[in-house]
Amino acid sequence: MDRRDFLKNVCLFISSGAFVGGLSPEVWAKMIHKDYDPAKHYYGMGIDIDRCIGCGRCMQACKTENDVPDVPYYFRTWVERYVIKTDRSVTVKTISTSLEDPADTFVEKDMLRSFFVPKLCNQCDHPPCVQVCPVGATFKTDDGVILVDEKRCIGCRYCIQACPYGARYLHPKTRVADKCTFCYHRLVRGLLPACVEVCPKQARVFGDMKSIASPLGRFTRMNKTHVLKPSLNTDPKVYYANLDGEVN
Amino acid sequence: MEAVQNFMELSQQVVGFIYPNEIEIHWSILIVVYPYITGLVAGAFILASLVKVFNVKELQPTYRLALLTALAFLLIAPLPLQLHLGRPERSYEMFMTPNLTSAMAMFGFVYLWYLMSVLLLEIWFEYRRDMIVWSGEATGLKKWTLKVLSLFSTDISEKAVAFDKKTVKVITVIGIPSAFLLHGYVGFIFGSIKANPWWSSVMMPVVFLFSAIVSGIAIVMLLYMIIMPLRGGKIDMKCLDKVASFLFYAVIVDFSIEVLDFIHRLYESEESIKILSQLVTTKLFMSLVVLQILLGMLLPLGIMVVIKVFKLQEELRRLLYFVCAVLIQMGIFSTRWNVVIGGQLFSKSFRGLTTYKMELMGIEGFLVALTLLILPFVILSILIKLLPPWKREELAGN
Repeated sequence: MDRRDFLKNVCLFISSGAFVGGLSPEVWAKMIHKDYDPAKHYYGMGIDIDRCIGCGRCMQACKTENDVPDVPYYFRTWVERYVIKTDRSVTVKTISTSLEDPADTFVEKDMLRSFFVPKLCNQCDHPPCVQVCPVGATFKTDDGVILVDEKRCIGCRYCIQACPYGARYLHPKTRVADKCTFCYHRLVRGLLPACVEVCPKQARVFGDMKSIASPLGRFTRMNKTHVLKPSLNTDPKVYYANLDGEVN
Repeated sequence: MEAVQNFMELSQQVVGFIYPNEIEIHWSILIVVYPYITGLVAGAFILASLVKVFNVKELQPTYRLALLTALAFLLIAPLPLQLHLGRPERSYEMFMTPNLTSAMAMFGFVYLWYLMSVLLLEIWFEYRRDMIVWSGEATGLKKWTLKVLSLFSTDISEKAVAFDKKTVKVITVIGIPSAFLLHGYVGFIFGSIKANPWWSSVMMPVVFLFSAIVSGIAIVMLLYMIIMPLRGGKIDMKCLDKVASFLFYAVIVDFSIEVLDFIHRLYESEESIKILSQLVTTKLFMSLVVLQILLGMLLPLGIMVVIKVFKLQEELRRLLYFVCAVLIQMGIFSTRWNVVIGGQLFSKSFRGLTTYKMELMGIEGFLVALTLLILPFVILSILIKLLPPWKREELAGN
């Protein structure tokens, strides 16, 4: 390669880099995932309460994957520990992922039953958050996932008030609403949500509701399922197996 | 780091279980100020409409004052909303791409309709003749300000003035449902949130509306009693008694509706009743039971009954009316507090209560809220200077 060719290549390289770098994320996504057709999918999640051991790996994986502030109160997903004692009193606590926080201990003979409940955005089919967003920043995708356009959200927090599940928070850095996206950036690449990927007990099952053969299809076939707060008519797409009546 | 510290302290004060994201109270004191202010606007306008539409002659001395009060508060009403946004620079999106299913998206349109099509128009027609006359008498800046405000109209013929009067009446007729819309709509923003049992009630817009009427009448009464003597006039007792009468009826209606709502909730005793009872008897005891109900409603009601039953002297009446109006303002502010803050103090898991720690200095803090509450009075004083609610003859005639 002579000097002339080298300079020509350098110029080409820089200009093509500028062109690619200047593309919007949406265009990028389309270029990378051109085979992905949202209309062909409809996502949901299944959670088997009896399988969850409360290890909290899902909480950690979610925080890492999605840049959720590393503080003990903003969560896209979290796990609640329910302890129901023989006197029928109920104690609930969000489990901590910090080793410095020892878990509460209970005297076994006082306990009637105890279990862990992983929680996340229910990706409702009738999402109240989408209904109330004044600028349409929160929207439902064709594949049934509720997303927040962080470039449009004005941070009024009406959606946070409207969510019956406490699944949303105001991101302290971006000052816009934030919530679980089912790891949408992973879905379009054909990957599983981070929390599902890391669960050592397969308590979380992810899948396409349009496909009877998907893991979720199997989960809903093999289990009697229930959703959270069904009376609110939000039609959640997170289905719980072995859910206790005390959970809300 | 400071925020982390704050939240960790807050988490110590949580009673029972709350969802982890609920540690932060999202609608702060500014969102308490917002319905309080729009309530005053709607209420003051309803008082003004009593004169024009329902021909309550005794209230004439308060008519223009009520209009100016409504305008002064309306101009400030969007500010608390704007300041509370996470991204205030994007608020224009509400006008550009409003989501038609969102109650909140309608705010800008309802607000603009009320400001431009009702209040400004009514004030303009009401003052048009006077502005032309005053601009003739004044000099310098004031002359030109009045000329601009009157949009350079010059016709003060009998025919034109008659047209003004007729138009004012028409606008007031449109204005009454608009005032209902303005504040009933604010109630709907809360009442339509099914996730929150403290808010979710079909009664919410109605409760908001009547408490708005109560607070609006009380603020005009208060201002009338303060400003009239300051401008060298004498308080018209017939007018004051009449205003107090309407205030009395409004408080009774408001109180009845709130009691109805309360009894209904208690009797239905739904899933949320336990946590709401706990909320009322602990975190909201002071602001709801003591400030809103006892001091803000029952005490003024009692005082007004005493005034009505025993024929008290003028001076004592004035003093008691003043006390009533102040108590009612405090009561209605507490009402707004109890709705907005109260609705966020319990967890949607219905298993615990959290705490609201008001900032002092921050953008959503106490000082900003106080400033927003003082600003309308500053605007009102300018408006009164520019567009006096009472003519010299009226002041002297008294």
